[in-house]
Formats: sequence, C-alpha cells, structure tokens
Amino acid sequence: MAPSEPKLDLLQGTLDLMVLQTLATLGPQHGYGIARRIEQVSGDAILLNQGTIYASLVRLQQRGWISAEWGTSDNNRKAKFYSITRSGRKQLSTDVSYWQRLTGVIGRVLAMQDEGEN
Amino acid sequence: MTFSSRESFLRMQSFARKKPLDIDLEEEMASHLQFAIEENIQKGMTPQEAERRARISFGGPQQSKETHRESRGLPFLDTLLRDIRYTLRTLWRDRAFAAIAILILALGIGANIAVFSIINTLLLRPLPFANSNQLAWLDSNRGLGGLSSLTYKIDVYDEYAKQNRSFDQVTAYMPFFGSGGYSLTGKGEPRALTGVMVDSNFFQTLGVQPLYGRAFLPGETAKGAAHVAILDNAFWRQHFNADPSVLNSVVTINKEPYTIVGILPPSFDFGAAFAPGQRIELFEPYPWADIRQWGNTIFIIGRLKPGATVQNAQSEVDLLMPQMRAAHKDWYSDYATRVSSLSDHVRGKLRSSLIVLWSAVGLILLIVCVNLANLLFARSAARSKEFATRTALGAGRSRIVGQLLTESIVLSAAGAVLGLVFAYGIVAFVSRQASLALPLLSSMRIDGATLLWALLITAVAAVLFGLAPGFLVASANLRAGLASSSRGSTEGRHFHGLRSLLVISEVALACVLLVGAGLLLRSFLHVLDVDLGFQPSQAAALTISYDDNGNPEHRIPILKEILHRVQQIPGVEAAGISDMLPLGRNRSWGFSAVGRVPSKDDSPDSYDAYIRIVTPGYLSAMGMHLRDGRDFDWALDRPDTQSAVIINEAAARIQWPGQNPIGKLVDCCNKNPGVIIGVISDVRQNSLEDAATPEMFQSYSQAGPEGSELIVRSKLRPETLGPALIRTMREFSPDQPIGEFRPLQHIVETSTSPRRFFVLLVGSFATLGLILAALGIYGVISYMVTRQRQEIGIRMALGASRSDVLFGVVNRTLRLAFVGIAIGAVVSFLMGKWISSLLFQTQPGDPMTFVAMFVIFACVALLAGFIPAQRASRVDPLVALRYE
Repeated sequence: MAPSEPKLDLLQGTLDLMVLQTLATLGPQHGYGIARRIEQVSGDAILLNQGTIYASLVRLQQRGWISAEWGTSDNNRKAKFYSITRSGRKQLSTDVSYWQRLTGVIGRVLAMQDEGEN
Repeated sequence: MTFSSRESFLRMQSFARKKPLDIDLEEEMASHLQFAIEENIQKGMTPQEAERRARISFGGPQQSKETHRESRGLPFLDTLLRDIRYTLRTLWRDRAFAAIAILILALGIGANIAVFSIINTLLLRPLPFANSNQLAWLDSNRGLGGLSSLTYKIDVYDEYAKQNRSFDQVTAYMPFFGSGGYSLTGKGEPRALTGVMVDSNFFQTLGVQPLYGRAFLPGETAKGAAHVAILDNAFWRQHFNADPSVLNSVVTINKEPYTIVGILPPSFDFGAAFAPGQRIELFEPYPWADIRQWGNTIFIIGRLKPGATVQNAQSEVDLLMPQMRAAHKDWYSDYATRVSSLSDHVRGKLRSSLIVLWSAVGLILLIVCVNLANLLFARSAARSKEFATRTALGAGRSRIVGQLLTESIVLSAAGAVLGLVFAYGIVAFVSRQASLALPLLSSMRIDGATLLWALLITAVAAVLFGLAPGFLVASANLRAGLASSSRGSTEGRHFHGLRSLLVISEVALACVLLVGAGLLLRSFLHVLDVDLGFQPSQAAALTISYDDNGNPEHRIPILKEILHRVQQIPGVEAAGISDMLPLGRNRSWGFSAVGRVPSKDDSPDSYDAYIRIVTPGYLSAMGMHLRDGRDFDWALDRPDTQSAVIINEAAARIQWPGQNPIGKLVDCCNKNPGVIIGVISDVRQNSLEDAATPEMFQSYSQAGPEGSELIVRSKLRPETLGPALIRTMREFSPDQPIGEFRPLQHIVETSTSPRRFFVLLVGSFATLGLILAALGIYGVISYMVTRQRQEIGIRMALGASRSDVLFGVVNRTLRLAFVGIAIGAVVSFLMGKWISSLLFQTQPGDPMTFVAMFVIFACVALLAGFIPAQRASRVDPLVALRYE
C-alpha cells in the first residue's frame, strides 16, 4: 500500500541484507533454501513470512546484485536458483559496514540512555 | 521514490510483462511450498499437517504476489490505471452526468483554445517575416491623419535612407493602390489586378525569399528599365494553376510587356500584414522618377541594425528630420516621424480588444469550473455512502481524493479532446473570413503553442473543479455518512452552503460577461447608427478601366458615354464615378481659404483636406446630401474654366466659420484658386468611428483621378445589377478589364467587421455563461428540492398550500440570483471602466445595459428555479412521508 513508510523500508533493507549475506556464504540457493537458512540462523527469532522473500529477491535482481536461473534441485525438483553477482558482493560489504556502524551508534546511544536513568 | 535508470527500465519492462512474470512467480511459489512440505514430511508430519505448516510459514500468497509486483513494477501506475478504469466504469454508469460535464468542459475549453489561436496569430506569434522583431515602421506626421499625412515624399525617403545610421536597410512601398490598378490582357478575358509598387529591396528587407525566381534587382526601379513583376502565391495558383513555367514568361499588363521574375511563397501575404481584408496579386518595382515630383506617396519600412532599437531610431529621426528639412526648403512638411516596431504597427491597435476577448474566455473557463465543481459536489454528496464504505474497507483519504482527481482529469481530458474539435471548427471558419478586416487572420491555425495552452488550461481546470470536492470529501466525516441515512442533515447543510456560494459566484461571473457583451453590443449598434453621410443600401460599386491615353481631353467623352450607357439600364436611378470610395484608401491635398490668416489655434486639419475626384451624378448615386450650392456639371465645369470645388461641412466650418462658403475662393488645386460651388453633409471617410475631417471634391474634367469606381444607385438586386453592369461595360470596351462588383453595404460591413467579430465572440461567450449559470442555479435548487422532499411533505401535511411551497422555492432561487447579480453589477461597473477605450458612444455604466442584464438574469433565474419549484409543489405528502 504505502511503500514509502519508513518502518517498512527498514525492514525491507534488513531482509535484503540477510538475503545477500546468505547467498554470499552458501552459494546459489532457491527461495525456500534462503528463507529456511535465515530462519535457522536467526534461531526462529524473527517472524518471517517466507512469501515476502520473493519481493526482496526480485528487487535485488533488478538492482543487479543477484542473478536468477531455473534449474533442478538435489531431489530433482524444478526451482529457481539465485546467486550473488560481483556488484552484489560489493554492495554487501558496503551494507555490512553501514549496518555495523549504525548498530554501533545505536548501541552507544542506548547505553547512554541507560546511564541517565540510573 | 527514485530509481536508477537501469532499475526504472526493468520496472517499466516488468510493468509491461505483468502476465508472464506472475506465472513465473506462481511456479516459484509452488515449488517453494513443495520443498517445505517435503521437509515437513521428513520431520514426521502427516501430509496434511505438513501442507498446513508450509502454508502458514509461507504467509498469504496473494499478499506475496502484491508485494512482488510492487517491488518489481510501477505501483503508482498500477494505481493510476486502476483508478482510471474505475472512473470510466463509474462515469459510464452515470452517462448523463458524464455527457453534460464533458459537453460543458468542451465548450469552455474549446472557446479558450479558439480564442488563444486567434490571439496567438494576431498578437503573440512573430510576423511572417525573417527576424521580424528587427523590422520597424515609420509614420510621418506623428502617426496622425490619413494616408497622405502619414506617408513620405520620395526625396525624403532617399535622403533618409542615405543619412540614417539605425537601419541596415530601409525600403518603401506605395500605399495608394486601388483594386484593379493593373489590367492583365492577352490570354482570355482582360483581368484587373491589384498591384503594389515597391522599392527593389522590399522583399530582401522583409526577409522574404521568393518561392521561384528572384527578388527585384537594384536597377529595376530606374527610369526606362524593362518592366518586371513578382506574383502573389494565391494569385499564381488561381490564375496560372500553380504552373512554375510562368516564371520568366512575358505577359501584357497595361499594354506593356512585363517579365515575371518571381513567385512569392504562400507564407507571404501582403494584404494580411499591411492592408487587412485586401488581396494583392502583383508587385512591381516602380520607376520612382515618375512620381518623384508628387507629394507624399510612400511608406518607409526599415530593418534595424543588430543591437539597434526602435527607441534609437526614434531619437535619431527626431534629430535627422529637422536637419533634412532645413536643407530642403521645398519640402512642405517637417515629417515629424513616429517609429514603431512593425509588429506594433500591424497589430498594436488590436491589443486591447484581444485582451478583453481573452479575459472573456477566461471568465467562461472559470464559470465552467465552478459549474463542474457544483455538479461534482452534488455527485459526491450522493456518493458519500460509497466513499464511507471504501474508507471502512481501508482506503486512505489520499486514495479517495486521488480517485476524485482522476475522475476530474478524465473528464477534462475528454472535454479537451471534444473542445479541440470545436476549436478546430471555429478556427477553420474564422480563417476563411476573407472580408474580415483583421491582419494575419488567414495564417490562423492550431499550432504547437495552442496545443500546449490547451494542455495547460485542461490541467488547471481539472485541478480547479476536481480538488474542491475532493477536499470537502476528505474533510467531511465519512463514517457519519455511512452511519446516518443519505439525508444526513449536517452534511447536507455543509454541502448546501458551499454550493450556494458557488452558484452565486457563477451568477456574478456570468453577469460581468453579460454586461461586457452588452456594452460592446451597444457600442456596435451605435456604430451602425452612425450617419455615414451616404446611403449604402441600394447602391453598388464596380471598378472600371478605360483607355484615355492619359489625356484629360479624351477622358471626358469616354466617361460621359459610360454614364450614359449605364443610365440606360432599366432600374438604374443614378450613376456616377469617383476615384476613391469612402472607407477605403484616401489621399489629401493642401486646402486653405484664400486670404486666410494662419493662427495659433489652427488644428492640424486646417491646411489639408481629403480629395476625391468625381463626375457629375456621383453625389446623388452615393446618396450624399448636398446642403447648399450645386453638383458638378459637364457643361459648366470644363478644363478651361475655373476649378470648381465641393466641400463638406467640416471644411466649411474650419475655413469659413459662420459664413456661407459658396462662391469663396480656395487654394487647393493648382496655381489658380478654386471656387466653392457646393457643400455636402459630412461623410465618414476612413472609418465609421472617426469623426469627419475636411474633405473636398473636384470634377474629373478638372483634376487628375487615381482610378475609377463606378457607383450605381438602383432598386435592382445586386445579383441582377452586377451582371447587367458588367455586360454594359464589356460592350463598351471589350478589351478593358473589369474589377470587382461590390454593393456599398459590403464596404460598410467590411469596415465594421472587426467590431462585429468581437461583439459576436463576446456575445456568444456571454450567452454560454448565461446558460451555464442557469444550469448551475437549476442544479442547486433541484438538488435542494430532492433533499427536502420529506420536509416539504411535512409542511404540506401541516397545511402549507402548493403555492406556498412553489413561492418558497422560487423565492430562494431569486434570493440566490440577486446576491449574485448585485456582486456581478459592482464588478461589471469596474470592468466597464476598464474596457471603456473599446466602447463607442457608450458609458461604462450604461443604465440600459445594466437594466437589460438584470431583467435577463432575473428571468433566467426564475425559469431555472420554477421547474424544480413546480416539482416541489407536486410532492404528495403521503408518499413523501412514507418514502422515509
């Protein structure tokens, strides 16, 4: 409905980052594989509607950070496989450092708030 | 949202390939579910449980598809298309509303487009000459008086061309051309041509390149040079069937061989720029030596040097002319010159009329928008339930306003398309009005600028009438709309107050238009009422030629014979010949009573008079009124007798105030003074709206004419008279061309045509405004009656009579209308002052116009209110109450 609402943007960005990271470490994967991997790594701590991953995938694809190809899985099932591209890797490292800086800053700010309360 | 170009491209591609991408996604989702089910089964779930779990973790498939589409495609365009589709569906459902709205818009937008293309052609577009902003026009005598006052002697032109430093080039043409000054003979029937004598650099200076052949060469104006001519494009098409081989051929004009050296491009129309309403067929480099001794004969046009301005040229000429005058004692005028840009010269006089016209259509557009807003209000009130439902289902206000805006854009786009069709028709019609004496009209068309303007006003209109109801809907409490009945009283009042306001402003705007049109119409009627000084009805003019070898002795018997033969035609009452007709071209000569002492109070008119050379019988053929003295007489006024002069009252007033001028002597004509033999009532010489100035008449037997117009007074219809006259002239001189046959009434009509044209346009806009205002009143009252059905029913049940109800509704209507009229009248009065320069013998506060406006509006409002009032009075209380 309103894709420009800031809350959603942050969530989108986070999901995109997780997808990129998953593909960078695991190599080519289909949508289900990516979704399961993220769930496993997060220890089911985030509530992910697996279906929303496809919006993220098509977005990353259009930006040229991942590529997709229909192929066959280990158990002989037709599936679309995604792999990270070179510019995707570049983007990932930018995003990771940005994310780390951001969480670092937020962590410091929150810590400061704690002190004030004490 | 901003996308990189690559992403934008891919998004557009995805938008276009919606179907295959959806299928692809569905397959992918299906395989996703299969993977999940298999994994769940491996964990030991039953197949049903496995599928259930898989579906839960996947989430809503429809939602995934939506977000997928939004991330890959163009979501706003999707929304827009959906809105448009929805709009078309709702409008189709409400066809009557849509048709009326589109028609109203089309009228408003069409009128605006048409007027814009008139204004664009007449006012905004550069003249059809190369770098036309460098072209300047010189008027002698500071731009006052007739052609003879405004023009220059050839010596002045030559001297100025040499001495000025402001212009790259100056050129000249001779404006004293009449229709049929040239006769083309040789092939077929002899034909009279209208030609203009120009200097050899005329076309180069204007920047006009001939379509075929060449422009004139410098030597071609020398005395004794071979005759050459350049043809007008329209004449070449019509007379020579656009045959390029005419180029360099020799034709016989005025019994001399002329070589056609060039054919002009269709874009050059001399008449359109310099002589509105006239068609020029031929151009000739004139041997100036032949007319060097004459008085003022030519107009000067110049091309400014790069960087030079009209003001530069003006300051220079202010210094130069007195110097030149001092060096040439024989010049009889100081040639105080006014320099103006050619564009101002051609169309400056029209500016105020056109701006008024523009404002009038602007008002129309405003009225249209108010009307539409009103209609949309009614609709949105009726649709408040729909909006409430949609809000309840999750549509944001911005979505609903967006939807309303889409609706208004679709409506105004449809209106604009239809309006363009209207405008195209109007433009095609107006541009073919060849007799309309407005410059440049033939080049009128709907061009890129016009289309751009159309787009602009369409968008403005859509926002104006679309946003207003949109805001109202957005601000109104929509949930209340759903909860209460459709007759929610608070909301009803909210809408109603606003709608009344709209109707009042609509009535006020229409009033202003109506008063403006009324004032212009009154002025026009006053112009038509002007005493012309001659009777145009039942008289006609025919341009004739005869061969007198330039010898006045030969001329007299020829003219006598022509007049004799014409008077033999049954039904002809009087006939005469003049060299120039009133309301056409003119020339003036010096004119001063013998022995008159110049005084400081002398007006510029004191030493000049228009001169027309006429035969005996001309005054009665024209229906001019001889107040005193006698008409010319072949027997009394001979080449060897004293020059006889007939003057008008204006001349008598100035030269012999309070005396009888008959028998007085006047310096006017040649070395010997002339004698006044008659006085006629003033005749409008140049235009119906300018008061008469001194004028004199001399006989063909005693002065040199500038052409010949045969005037015939007859009760015969022009269709009978014309051919009879032409036949008579053919019999008399088969080898002479015959010019145009024009009833005098046509000449008068051409002269009033610009005013007629503006009155017609402003009048139609006012009528349109009136109709729209009436529709507005009707709409709001009718809506009110429908909403108050129940209330009316109760009142009737309590004993109100039908007439009480009827008068109640009519009363409210009139109250609404009167408030509008009152506001409109005040604004109209101010508007009247603003347009006072366009009025003729009409005051801006002309009581007649205001009273008429009031009466018309009161009647229209009464009618618009009476129909719903009658419906209200027919309400059956029982039905109305049960209806709830």
